Amino acid sequence: MQKRVLAIAQNPVFSTAVVCIILYLVAGFTSAHFFSTRVAVNLLQDNAYLGIVAVGVTFVILTGGIDLSVGAIIGWTTIALASMITTHHVHPYLAMAIILAVTTINGAILGSLIHFFAIPPFLMTLAGLFLYRGWALLISTSTISIDHPAFNPLSDTLLKLHTGSGNVPLRLGIFVLLAAFAIAAILTRFTAYGRSLFAIGGSENSALLMGLPVARNKTLVYAISGCFAGIAGIVATTRSAAGDALSANGLELDAIAVAVVGGTLLTGGVGGILGTLIGLLIFGIIQTVVNFHSLDAAWTRIAIGTLLLSFILLQKLLRLSRTSRQSP
Amino acid sequence: MSLFSFVAIYFVMSPVMSTQQITPTPEKAPPQAPSLAAPKHRRQLPIYSWAILALLLVLAYDALFSPAMFSIRFEHGRLYGSLIDVLHRGTPVMLLSLGMTAVIATGGIDLSVGSIMAISAGLSALLLTANDVATGAPITPHSAALAILAGLAAGLLAGMWNGFLVSFLGIQPIIATLILMIAGRGIAQLITDSKIPNFHNATFEFLSNGSFLALPFTISLAILMTALAVLLTRATALGLFIESIGNNAAASEIVGINTKLVRFMAYAFTGLCAGLAGLLAASDIRAGDVFKTGVNIELDTIVAVAIGGTSLVGGRFSIAGSIIGAITMQLLKTTIISSSIPPECNLVIEAAVVIIICLLQSPRTRTTLKRIFSKTQ
Repeated sequence: MQKRVLAIAQNPVFSTAVVCIILYLVAGFTSAHFFSTRVAVNLLQDNAYLGIVAVGVTFVILTGGIDLSVGAIIGWTTIALASMITTHHVHPYLAMAIILAVTTINGAILGSLIHFFAIPPFLMTLAGLFLYRGWALLISTSTISIDHPAFNPLSDTLLKLHTGSGNVPLRLGIFVLLAAFAIAAILTRFTAYGRSLFAIGGSENSALLMGLPVARNKTLVYAISGCFAGIAGIVATTRSAAGDALSANGLELDAIAVAVVGGTLLTGGVGGILGTLIGLLIFGIIQTVVNFHSLDAAWTRIAIGTLLLSFILLQKLLRLSRTSRQSP
Repeated sequence: MSLFSFVAIYFVMSPVMSTQQITPTPEKAPPQAPSLAAPKHRRQLPIYSWAILALLLVLAYDALFSPAMFSIRFEHGRLYGSLIDVLHRGTPVMLLSLGMTAVIATGGIDLSVGSIMAISAGLSALLLTANDVATGAPITPHSAALAILAGLAAGLLAGMWNGFLVSFLGIQPIIATLILMIAGRGIAQLITDSKIPNFHNATFEFLSNGSFLALPFTISLAILMTALAVLLTRATALGLFIESIGNNAAASEIVGINTKLVRFMAYAFTGLCAGLAGLLAASDIRAGDVFKTGVNIELDTIVAVAIGGTSLVGGRFSIAGSIIGAITMQLLKTTIISSSIPPECNLVIEAAVVIIICLLQSPRTRTTLKRIFSKTQ
């Protein structure tokens, strides 16, 4: 019994969950009207596209890689969608399908280049970042708004949650987010593909020697990341009903921070989707607290930086105690 | 003129940097016994050869399509021209790439250089401004010397913080510097109360706007810092230690190299360079813009270092290569702006450059090319 409790306590996700609960309670007692359904729902809803992107990036980080192009993909998606619908009169659903196809295939190409030429993922996805951002700016440097009968209902409230104090509007973002989390969780925990990602992240050479299809799985991982980034971009576009080539600048680092805070180690092989969800909640709580107290934007940044540091230190401490216990 | 000085540095430093070997004359071996002669070594090109090739390609494009870029005129005791401008505007990235080269060579990375620039710029502007940032009331500004020292000290401290996190706490460099990248901009905004303090100080403004020996003073600073970096790494064993740590940190530890201290120094030096770059940024606009200073400059710096031939996974590095890479990127930007290509293409072209450099640096490309060329022979 003691051993099981200890094993759970040393799981990085456990420490993250504990800190999340503590943070939520502290935030609730220091801010008025924090303990409401609306606030809790908005934790996920306001950052829905960040969450979807973080899920995609978690896949890549699990294999020991990194994907810096996701923010630029979102920016490109918004402007490409807006341009296709408004300027070229493509039907929104067709436009979305084309965009998802493009981001997924591009992701696959990047992934295959990274694997077959042994290029550091940092550099290759950095090139992807420049490529998407440049492409987005080439499409249009100014914002384009979207107004199409098939698209407009996507921006509206899809469902109303009836609570004691009133109605909480639920938009497309939160449904897509929960669906993305569900699919990703099933992929990582219940399929052979997901298990192979942990193996590749732990030791790529061992995975190769074991006979796992490393090349195929690594390429797929970047394709998945591109696909999720495309979905996130579509969700972001429904929120703003406009396209902006410069949107989501720097979002990739927020997504990586969310994944790392959630317990996924950057070296790969350890982590999971549940941790990313908790990381997203923590991110949302910090932002909500800053909004509630009308704090300077400067303090948000410092708070995120400090929290990131504390999580990393906590993870290191827990890992150290685990390895010292295992050594003879 | 400075271009020639860089070419001169190439010729002066090549005995230090290239790995050429003298082929020994083979002895006359007896007919039956196997040859005892030492194997012939092929002369290897220096690391920064690809960087020079890239620079020459961009220069050739300019010579063909916009020769006006090469015009230099002499007015009021200093030289003016597009090429001088390239070197002047490329100085921040050049300075940052000095430190970034050392950091990447130890197998790490520093994403926080932009935020450190913002802190340095904000702090120095705050010390020099004549109006209180919070109230607007007039206050006595401090001296330029204090502002310069404060900016450099802030950069050095920030770099030491990064070094402490990476070396002594063992945090992965990308996360450790990401923390300062996020928090640093917040700190810079706190320092200036989220305002942009402006100032008038002739000595401080000389840093970015003054001229020395007919060239912008920034170029002199760049040459000075480059010489310092080259001396530190190549005239001492520090460069060897850095390469060793990047190649195999565990082996370096066993051999007796103080990996913690060397890494710490690399990050501290990067912080110092970023502090200096921040001072130049503040001096350029006569204000401390904590919101825009250094945004995305870390990406440009990493690309410059990659072009220069430094391996991004750690190991061999080339400071000359990084400088040439920084100049090439700035020249590329200027070429795109001054030509008929729309400026939005800038990023796409940079992406293509990064991809080509990656493919060229990959060992697999070389084996594939070798196979292709051996088949055709």
